[in-house]
Amino acid sequence: MKEFASIGELARGLRQGDYSSVELVRHYLARISANSTLNTFITINEDEALIAAASADRAFERGVAGPLTGIPLAHKDIFCTQGITTTCGSHILENWIAPYDATVVHRLADAGTVLLGKTNMDEFAMGSSNENSYFGAALNPWDTSRVPGGSSGGSAAAVAAGLIPVATGTDTGGSIRQPAAFCGVAGIKPTYGRVSRYGMAAFASSLDQAGVIGHDAEDLAMVLSVMSGLDPRDSTSSDHADPWLAGILEDGLTPGGEKLTIGLPDEYFKDLNEGAALLEAAAGEFERAGCRLTRISLPHTDAAIPAYYILAGAEASTNLSRYDGVHFGYRCENPTSLEDLYQRSRSEGFGTEVKRRILTGTYALSVGYFDAYYLKAQKLRRLIQQDFLAAFAAVDLILAPTTPGVAFHTGDLTDDPVAMYQQDIFTIPASLAGLPALSVPCGFIAGLPIGMQLIGPHFGEQKLLETSALYQRRTDWHQHHPEVT
Amino acid sequence: MSWEAVIGLEVHVQLATKSKIFSGASPAFGGAPNSQACPVDIGLPGVLPVLNAEAVRMAVKFGLAIDAEIYPYSIFDRKNYFYPDLPKGYQISQFAHPIVGPGTLDIRMENGDTVAVGITRAHLEEDAGKSLHTSYPGMTGIDLNRTGTPLLEVVSEPDMRSPAQAVAYFRQLHKLVRYLEICDGNLAEGSMRCDANVSVRPLGSSELGERSEIKNINSFRFVEKAIAFEIERQIDILESGGKVRRDTRQYDSERNETRSMRTKELSDDYRYFPDPDLLPVHLTSAYIAEVKASLPELPEARLARFRTELGLNDYDAAWLTNDPVIADYFEAALSTTGDAKLTANWIMGDASAALHRDELEWGDCPVPAAELGRLIARIKDDTISSKLAKTIFDALWVEEGTVDEIIDVRGLRQLSDSAALRGIVKKILNENPSQVAQYQTGKNKVLGFFVGQVMKATQGRANPGQVNELLLDSLKEGATGKE
Amino acid sequence: MFGSVRISASQVFALGFAAMTNIDINHLCRLAKLALNDTELRAVRRDLDRIIAMVDQMQAMDTHGVEPLAHPLDVEQRLRPDEITEKVDRERYQEGAPTTRDGLYLVPRVVE
Repeated sequence: MKEFASIGELARGLRQGDYSSVELVRHYLARISANSTLNTFITINEDEALIAAASADRAFERGVAGPLTGIPLAHKDIFCTQGITTTCGSHILENWIAPYDATVVHRLADAGTVLLGKTNMDEFAMGSSNENSYFGAALNPWDTSRVPGGSSGGSAAAVAAGLIPVATGTDTGGSIRQPAAFCGVAGIKPTYGRVSRYGMAAFASSLDQAGVIGHDAEDLAMVLSVMSGLDPRDSTSSDHADPWLAGILEDGLTPGGEKLTIGLPDEYFKDLNEGAALLEAAAGEFERAGCRLTRISLPHTDAAIPAYYILAGAEASTNLSRYDGVHFGYRCENPTSLEDLYQRSRSEGFGTEVKRRILTGTYALSVGYFDAYYLKAQKLRRLIQQDFLAAFAAVDLILAPTTPGVAFHTGDLTDDPVAMYQQDIFTIPASLAGLPALSVPCGFIAGLPIGMQLIGPHFGEQKLLETSALYQRRTDWHQHHPEVT
Repeated sequence: MSWEAVIGLEVHVQLATKSKIFSGASPAFGGAPNSQACPVDIGLPGVLPVLNAEAVRMAVKFGLAIDAEIYPYSIFDRKNYFYPDLPKGYQISQFAHPIVGPGTLDIRMENGDTVAVGITRAHLEEDAGKSLHTSYPGMTGIDLNRTGTPLLEVVSEPDMRSPAQAVAYFRQLHKLVRYLEICDGNLAEGSMRCDANVSVRPLGSSELGERSEIKNINSFRFVEKAIAFEIERQIDILESGGKVRRDTRQYDSERNETRSMRTKELSDDYRYFPDPDLLPVHLTSAYIAEVKASLPELPEARLARFRTELGLNDYDAAWLTNDPVIADYFEAALSTTGDAKLTANWIMGDASAALHRDELEWGDCPVPAAELGRLIARIKDDTISSKLAKTIFDALWVEEGTVDEIIDVRGLRQLSDSAALRGIVKKILNENPSQVAQYQTGKNKVLGFFVGQVMKATQGRANPGQVNELLLDSLKEGATGKE
Repeated sequence: MFGSVRISASQVFALGFAAMTNIDINHLCRLAKLALNDTELRAVRRDLDRIIAMVDQMQAMDTHGVEPLAHPLDVEQRLRPDEITEKVDRERYQEGAPTTRDGLYLVPRVVE
């Protein structure tokens, strides 16, 4: 079968009987195994995957297979999966097995997909390089001395290396888009509320959103179509009806958007060195396709990183209180008192970056600092959202870089958390505003991929994905692949 | 110097919903440990809270019943602290934006005074689990069944001035939540738990003294005793020149004293902030109006109606309306008897005594209200005597059958055939000539003897009034020698 | 006109905060139930000072009259019908628990 096939192609192959789902699964399991040094998976679900694949094959025989039946995929190890460990990249959950499936997991299982394993990630999704994983960092398949990005780095690297055709991720401040850009694949963070957060271990509840990493815009659309929709178990999941997205599996994704107006925010381009020419070229491609380009301003962009690190830290500091060694997860050896149990379980169980963020968030919420930090950040969040709402009165989509540059070297930023945080400068604003955004590859610098980010209005995924499909039809950056075994 | 106590209560009312406030598990009391703790209650990774509509409705009912403002928007916050029976490391509560704003609860004291107690606010929150300290040496066991039980925390103004007022307020609140059917009112099972804020000040002073908080008092009697003890303790400190320290205390009912609790470390920095897993609760005016229209008759209105429309005295009306189950029972019986006073007497007398004897609640009364009503009706239509009615009541109690069945099977119908009764009277007089002679010399007391003899001869079925009348007639005839 | 140095209100505010950023790490660790050794404490103190200094850029930004935004979509809480929907499987939920006995989670004795 074709390497780096899209799931559309794989689904056709399965339907036509070119190969069985079991053969497909064996093929990907073999690739995962041959590339284990990339460390993209925390858990490989071999036995269960083969059982699920056999069941998919029977569905084809009985003529009851759906559009995604038998398609292999991987979940970021932050989604709860019954019967398979869910570690969140953390020592504190190293051996924890969820007694339930996340809504995303069971919806994709119900659609007939086959779960091959759980991908590596920064601990509790806190990081931009995958170096915060308790299980060691995943490596960038384009250059294994470089990071794959984070926090969904395992998913992005695995898709880029062709170890899995598609994988889920989560994005709180860029955790899908940034690794997708670093690894030369596509990744979408949907509108906040589009996908249920139930069963997805929380980092920052008002920002976390599940999404997809794959090669083609159509792959993203198909998987998103299954994942999304109202979930009564998540109060923040939206009841927004989207017949277009619901119909994707039948109708496919039609490239479009030739008549759209695309805004280029000055604030995102003013200091851009690496990749500026490639983004200009991408914008030019849209112009040639018929789009209108216009410069816009998002004046509160500078507020995004400070506001984000306060809000995400504050929410994380209390979301992570449940990891206390009492009801599940890691407990320290021989606690001498309750206090000792709490302190040692958490201190031994959490890694450095998680502790840093818990302390930052605790500080922002503590007596005397709440107004100056937490409330201030929420006010800036509104200003940032208002910037976007004002921009979308005049433009259909916003085109921006995904990252300040190509993937950096492992270890380059580990001693400087603030420098690491700056990596998220272009992805955080859309997260704060709850907007859908995706990254698609738009070129290479010295053999390393660069991503272009498209940001849409709330529930504007159709425009985002159709326009991305248009771009991918006109370019072949997404068909460049790293050399792996 | 004279001192004045200043008391405010915070009462946690467990709402009688079928499921928990943020999960679909059962909040029923008494299950095996952790048999009612679902993943949301345990706070496993990835779970999320979803608000129970009925908990909101119950809070709104309460607010409307105390004439409080119902806020169109309320917000759930996280109150952060670590404790093993708080599995998420935070309690979901309402801090800055509660659902119910200021209202008033009137309490009536035994001397007839009415005191209006201000209610500052009432907010929704989740209950914590239970820590069991005694079962395992050196260990504490955690049961999360209670985790997530909906609570309405009702915070009063410091408007009470005596332990008696505090307990009257607690009782009135208890009565109200039972009328509203938002709480089962079972204090022994912790369905209502009271924290009391107590301070004292020189009488006439308008400044508040330093207060202490007595935690988790769960009976009316202990509320009164704990506050009384605490007032005395504070007065002793002040009179001996000391200062009351702000403190959290617990009441030891065995020793009848309050003791300082080792306060949970750093408990004053709860880092409240809006729970990002929950959204603002919006209540429309149409919703509030609909809940208002569904409110049952409230205790004060029922009390007034029992007095004015049914003509009951204050004591009876208060006794009957104190518990909505009793008041309902009374009204159901009354609809058959039509006699409020007689019905009240039976309920407050025989029925109440029998329940007390058998240690039963009104809800478990073996005599249905309709049967008690029929029994009273049979007295009124002279089918049975009042005396035999008590026998029939005892038979009803052991569920021998309906009132009419018991009357028939036991042959207890009152003898009202005056010819037959006249014959019996004559016979008794003839058999007791010496007593007749005594009567005729003016010893009227022997009349009782004759009545007793007639009742004995009729096994109590004769109407005593009628027997009296017939006796007097017959004796008069004898005296005038007509026979 | 009086020859004074003019600084803006936001600058004053920012300066005030720079001075305030004397973070009590030990207090934060107590609140967050973290026990750090001296090396870790030193590193965290250095990192938090840098993070808070970065975050304090916010203080110079004008948010006068702006409503805080808690949630990216302007929506209201959905209410759940009051029904028992959960079947509790205690054995399974407690498989991942560190210590249980007789269905109870056990911790070192809590002194009340």
